[in-house]
Amino acid sequence: MATDYIGKPKNRVDGRDKVAGKAKYAAEFHEPGLLHGVVVSSAIAKGRIKVIDASKALELDGVVEVFTHENTPSLAWMDLSYKDMDAPPGDPFRPLHSDKIQFNMQPVALVVAETLELAKYASHLIDIGYDVDGHNTKLVDSLDQSEKGKGLRAGFENPTSVGDFEDAFEKAEVKIDLEYFHGAEHHNPMEMHASTVIYGEDGNLTIYDKTQGVLNSRHYVSMVFGISKKKIRVLSPYVGGAFGSALRPQYQLFMATLAATQLKKSVKVELTRPQMFSFGHRPITIQNLKIGASADGTLKAIHHSAFSETSQFEKYIENVVNWSAKLYKCENVEEKYRVVPLDMYTPLDMRAPGGATGVYALESAMDELAYKLKMDPLELRLKNYTEEDKSKGKPFSSKTLRECYQQGAEKFGWEKRNPEPGSMKEGHQLVGWGMATGIWDALQMPARAKAILTADGKLEVSSATADIGTGTYTIMAQIAAETLGLPFEDVTAKLGDSSLPFALIEGGSATAASVGSAVKSVCLKVAKKLLKEAGKIKNSPFKDAKIEDVLFADGKISSRKDASIYIEISEVMKKRQLDEIKKKYALIPNMLKQSRYGRNTHSAVFAEVKVDEDLGTVKVTKIVSAIDGGKILNHKTAHSQILGGVVWGISMALEEDSFMDHNFGRFINHDLAEYHIAVNADMPDIDIIFVEEEDHIVSSVGAKGIGEIGLVGVAAAIANAVYHATGRRVRELPITLDKAMGLNTAEAEQI
Amino acid sequence: MKKKIILKVNGKEHEVNVDPATPLLYVLRNNLGLKGPKFGCGLSQCGACMVLYDGKANPSCLKAVENATDMEITTLEGLADDNGNLHKVQQAFVEEQAAQCGYCLNGLVMASVGLLQENSNPSDEEIQAALYRNICRCGVHPRVIRAVKKASTS
Amino acid sequence: MRPFKFIKAEDVDSAVSDISTNEQAKFIAGGTNLLDLMKIDVMQPRNIIDITGLGLNKIEETGEGGLRLGALVTNADTAYHEEVHKKYPILSHAILAGASPQLRNKATDGGNLLQRTRCYYFYDTTTPCNKREPGSGCSAINGYNRMHAILGASEKCIAVHPSDMCVALAALGAVVQVEGPEAKRAIPFDNFHRLPGDEPEKDTNLLADEIITSIDLPPEGFAENFAYLKNRDRASYAFALVSVAVGLQMNNEKIEEARIALGGVAHKPWRDKKAEALLQNKAATMENFQKVADEILKEAKGYTYNKFKIELAKRSIVRALMQAAKID
Repeated sequence: MATDYIGKPKNRVDGRDKVAGKAKYAAEFHEPGLLHGVVVSSAIAKGRIKVIDASKALELDGVVEVFTHENTPSLAWMDLSYKDMDAPPGDPFRPLHSDKIQFNMQPVALVVAETLELAKYASHLIDIGYDVDGHNTKLVDSLDQSEKGKGLRAGFENPTSVGDFEDAFEKAEVKIDLEYFHGAEHHNPMEMHASTVIYGEDGNLTIYDKTQGVLNSRHYVSMVFGISKKKIRVLSPYVGGAFGSALRPQYQLFMATLAATQLKKSVKVELTRPQMFSFGHRPITIQNLKIGASADGTLKAIHHSAFSETSQFEKYIENVVNWSAKLYKCENVEEKYRVVPLDMYTPLDMRAPGGATGVYALESAMDELAYKLKMDPLELRLKNYTEEDKSKGKPFSSKTLRECYQQGAEKFGWEKRNPEPGSMKEGHQLVGWGMATGIWDALQMPARAKAILTADGKLEVSSATADIGTGTYTIMAQIAAETLGLPFEDVTAKLGDSSLPFALIEGGSATAASVGSAVKSVCLKVAKKLLKEAGKIKNSPFKDAKIEDVLFADGKISSRKDASIYIEISEVMKKRQLDEIKKKYALIPNMLKQSRYGRNTHSAVFAEVKVDEDLGTVKVTKIVSAIDGGKILNHKTAHSQILGGVVWGISMALEEDSFMDHNFGRFINHDLAEYHIAVNADMPDIDIIFVEEEDHIVSSVGAKGIGEIGLVGVAAAIANAVYHATGRRVRELPITLDKAMGLNTAEAEQI
Repeated sequence: MKKKIILKVNGKEHEVNVDPATPLLYVLRNNLGLKGPKFGCGLSQCGACMVLYDGKANPSCLKAVENATDMEITTLEGLADDNGNLHKVQQAFVEEQAAQCGYCLNGLVMASVGLLQENSNPSDEEIQAALYRNICRCGVHPRVIRAVKKASTS
Repeated sequence: MRPFKFIKAEDVDSAVSDISTNEQAKFIAGGTNLLDLMKIDVMQPRNIIDITGLGLNKIEETGEGGLRLGALVTNADTAYHEEVHKKYPILSHAILAGASPQLRNKATDGGNLLQRTRCYYFYDTTTPCNKREPGSGCSAINGYNRMHAILGASEKCIAVHPSDMCVALAALGAVVQVEGPEAKRAIPFDNFHRLPGDEPEKDTNLLADEIITSIDLPPEGFAENFAYLKNRDRASYAFALVSVAVGLQMNNEKIEEARIALGGVAHKPWRDKKAEALLQNKAATMENFQKVADEILKEAKGYTYNKFKIELAKRSIVRALMQAAKID
């Protein structure tokens, strides 16, 4: 069938525009007279602004205005108005609201000038005096100030416990009790956060914002500035990476809108790279795993607890400890999660929030248990394989993890592994093989979509979702083209525009399952309408035909029984004198059905590392990642998503660490030279396997969402491989050469 | 202090009236409307802003526009031929799906074009060395290497 | 960036006179380090003297059989120069272990000597830093000092020099030729960079009105037995935590002369000639190498986050010596 697009490795539809420099990002919209805003950040972590003097900046010809808390008009007075769709419980930060400093690098002024260069220069001329208060940014010293990590937040599950952990652990024959740490990370998408606000003559605002949710940004601007939603249009056709950083409206949006509405002019505000370290990070956690098993490796008891960071004004919570009972057949599981308010900005969802770090600790602990049991780590996982989500006592909507383990192990050559640590060596390089499991949620969210079929046979599908590089444009077009049997080239997808039908923020790996299903349904509505119209044509063979009786393919409606009976779609439009067929669809997930199942994606990750026996340098040389992600809608974009996740895992395992200098309460390595992320020379061979199983409980398109699962488990597989290579267990990420050498003395003080 | 400056970009002369110390990147993006070169750090640390200077790839964010007057500058927009056909490196990047969000792409493409002009058949290691400082956060590095290989043999 | 004046120097004499007569003036050639520091307001020169038109971009033989690297030769042209590659491979290797090809194409040899430290606090103008603002204090001593010095530091500053190229030049015993308004002088490489002491704002012994004209390499290039080893936090694009340049003169199994320079450990490329002498007329054995490594690091002092560098430096010295002696 010529119109079989779903699942095919189609080139992304935006590829050509991207390589030719035609794809425009938030800071790339321009108009004559556009003003440039530069944000000034605080130098202290806590205290008050005693004096802020912008006179030297304002003296410069071309500097238009400097906004500070002193001259910002009183905007929405309720904290609630600042709440966005991804806000954790608490009172959101309100930029330029008062003299109070709540975190280091807090925005304290906006300099607006005719050119960017001038605004930057003027920003160095703002004199600020502070009354400094003592700050506390150190998690490890503040555990006594922790509070229960629970609350209401989309995607968050309050930790639960099943069975009797204490008793079962007490009685277990083999036990481990270990602590794990990791550094803070920042998203650092390559495109820095930017908002361009075009001020219309009638006061209407057209805002190009870096966001994962145009409706979230519109909601925020409307509430905070008291402007009707009808007067605001937010666009975000292309996003230069986000990984969670653009789930919440960031302060550049506030700043640009403030300046535009006050000055009644168009304004662009783009943050600097150091400022990309000023609004949320993957929080540090201190985790404890206690696992008890019988001598044959049967899991009897698991305790997973974590302490994590949050700000003084919001309570950031994520699913760190909620994975054991979903991953293993164990009757006694205890989950504890506490957060500590500190003088920092609220942490922010970052690719696989909670899972990337929680599963790292769990899967490292499982490896340690395997060694204690003298059991193959893969065998231990298979022995405790679960067919149901033990935390809920429900079966999985789909699960191919067993096949992932098998196919991944085969591809990697796991059976040739000598279990003895330090047993494989090449010259000075100690070779190690490790594995781990990954797990993430398979969510579906409400979403709307619209489809317009025009007389020329061209179709446009749209939804106010986002494509942050994930391939949303492409899969929307694929689903639509296949459902209506149209040539792929005749379908256009539109997104990233608040005037389009409703979609939630693009997060949680839910977009394919949500927007993808809505697109399929709306196209089915168009198909039904087409069939009905076809039936009205004189002597139509499709009179009274049902949708099940026909096939939409190759631009035709044809009979399933007899392919020689068909009608061209364009002919239906022509004969019925239709200019267009326009349909809308609102997808509401069938929670009644979905809630009867555990819904997750899984992965089996195998890693090979080489560690220099004397110098400790760790190089990942091979990764095999086998993915249970439901139906794969596009093998090219999906492969890239998993590839990116694996690279993130390598980066997290070995390199990434936003270092908080507690003397200043400030992340100090705040640029791309010193905040290390994996580079070209770090790349190993990466093999990706999809073990597909259509999951029609999660979505009508059968997909489970794969934006995050590629990352989960990778760091643990690498850490386990480092142990296998060296016999040295490193329980702190990143595994820098000093830790791999066993020479690290300082890390505990850092946390 | 603004000054008239003439730049040769993508085969055409452009006159701009700017502070001569302005980074070339700002002039390309804000004055000439060439958004191919991207702003990723402004400190020559990420490679997103690369352009070709007389055929050699280098960042444009730290180059004062005044020091760019005596050379031919090529941006991403200038790679395609007059009929709009993509450069072989661009074409290979599309085919190998060597882009996700697309923001680092300019630097990767320009550095690869620069590399292939000096070395028409680079090894994996030579490609990695040439793209040493091009940071990609989406993690498509292996596909980029494949794309450069493909372009080198096409 | 703050406004500044651009002055184009015609020749060495006018460059020297320009820098003496203009207030807060700096030379610029490749500009790979100065401009980024200006952009983040760490350096604020009022006058920038462009020296790219001075010539000084040739590599030629010296009378004594060595090689003279013009101060404006780019790092890339140096690394790939046939004579350098053949006679001083340690220098080529060090340069190629450093910056990106694009940076190497721009950065000059003279500029490489004058690059500033990469200490986080030097770069962050909200924190005290004696190097950036004398008398304000050192944030690194009690801060995040993973990348910092273990040798020759002072209470005022524990920054390290970031260059790879300079480590090789130190091992080779290069000589820096400079010219001032009064006279020319030759500065042995060991005396070119300085330890921080009480004046960490001074990276080198070059006077404010002097210009580097060339870097002279002595006749002996240690081309037969050499190594450059660099340890860093990712496979490329990171400054050295510890790097080692080694050159050996061997006579059969015996070592006649040893050169060992360390990078990433001090305010300057680190050489300990007394320790090097321990290897004179000794056999190239692991044991002898370990002795030298212990001697070089004898006075080393670590801080909270960089204590590991002491052991890493010792192991790196041994590894590099073994590579150079070809017994690895």
